[in-house]
Amino acid sequence: MIAARSARPGARVVAVDGVRGAEAVPNAALAPAIDSSDEWIRSRTGIVTRARAGAGVSMLDLAEAAGRRAIERAGLEPAQIEAVILGSVTHFSQTPAAAPALAERLGARGAAAFDISAACAGYCYGIGLADALVRSGGAEHVLVVGADKLSEFVDPADRSISFLLGDGAGAAVVAGSDRPRIGPTVWGSDGAKARHVGQDIDFREAVATGVWPTLRQDGPTVYKWAVFEMAKVALEAIAAAGLTPDQIEVFVPHQANLRIIEQQVKRIGLGLDVIVAKDIVETGNTSAASVPLAIERLGRERPGLGGKLALQIGFGAGLAYAAQVVELPPAPAGQTIHQPNN
Amino acid sequence: MALDKNEVLEGLTEIIVDETGIDPADIALDRSFVDDLDIDSLSMMTIVTLAEDKFDVEIPDDSVKDLVTVGDAVDFIAGA
Repeated sequence: MIAARSARPGARVVAVDGVRGAEAVPNAALAPAIDSSDEWIRSRTGIVTRARAGAGVSMLDLAEAAGRRAIERAGLEPAQIEAVILGSVTHFSQTPAAAPALAERLGARGAAAFDISAACAGYCYGIGLADALVRSGGAEHVLVVGADKLSEFVDPADRSISFLLGDGAGAAVVAGSDRPRIGPTVWGSDGAKARHVGQDIDFREAVATGVWPTLRQDGPTVYKWAVFEMAKVALEAIAAAGLTPDQIEVFVPHQANLRIIEQQVKRIGLGLDVIVAKDIVETGNTSAASVPLAIERLGRERPGLGGKLALQIGFGAGLAYAAQVVELPPAPAGQTIHQPNN
Repeated sequence: MALDKNEVLEGLTEIIVDETGIDPADIALDRSFVDDLDIDSLSMMTIVTLAEDKFDVEIPDDSVKDLVTVGDAVDFIAGA
């Protein structure tokens, strides 16, 4: 008979932290190339600035900074991390994955380490996997990182998505708990809609043509899916946690567009007193980093959220999505952390 | 069976008013969503999706760009 590891009754998010690209790029800097204006961008997206990292800062640099801060905040030594899960779509090598290098940089040498390519759902996919790993006894401490340097894939003349995008990384440490403090993950994909958001050309075509791939989206179609289908997913995640929408205290959706966030609040039926993360206004859309960065900001701006029930949902290219209810960890303290531009 | 166009206009007006706060008196068949009512592409998708639910019809995303006026939308829904 094959023996199994002892399962744990639950898992929890112990700490969340993150870093943003150092430069706050205002709408005015991007508007002329798309024949637009600050007002148009604000009204369509809610974005005022987006955080972008300098040429000398890589996705892995951002991931390392976020991971290090989350591990410190959790009160752990890097060597105690047994698995590193990295959600990113801006790692430049098909192989090897970035997560083993991240584990090495952090001092989590020997940790199980792998990447997730689930775009803006990457962090919530990672939390779902970490929850399962910890509860099953597969790991005691798991580091989940969502990191993207999307400015590597923008086309200044693109009116569909480029002007939304920012750079950053957010990280969480997941550990065992006496009871579930991470609700069941409701996740899935819709490959029939794959063409509606992603790279405009694949890397073979890029090499053949000498044209660097950049991101595109079919905005209205993605918006409709993000609002109406994701509201259903959010309600499923709330129900799966044995809760009702009126028990949700904090809403942390992927920071894709403020218009999407406001509609999701309405369609899910969240109360007026629910705290809604709106990090997108200053940070832009940072893909896999956006949910943990939004939590990081809430923690700084609204002390006392530790233990509150937060609905988090990631959704994007794939299309892929994941949602779960979590008890928020104690908040980070201090100022916004930007990764130095070097 | 085709839907009654007056009923569709009434229902669509309700949705538009709810979503945008536009005065119902400003909504008429010949009004352009973009030029007259200042409804952008994202609000339009919300209105279209709510109309799909309300009238139990399917409005393909690719068809939305052809719905220039309120009358275009009423005709599409009534004829669907």
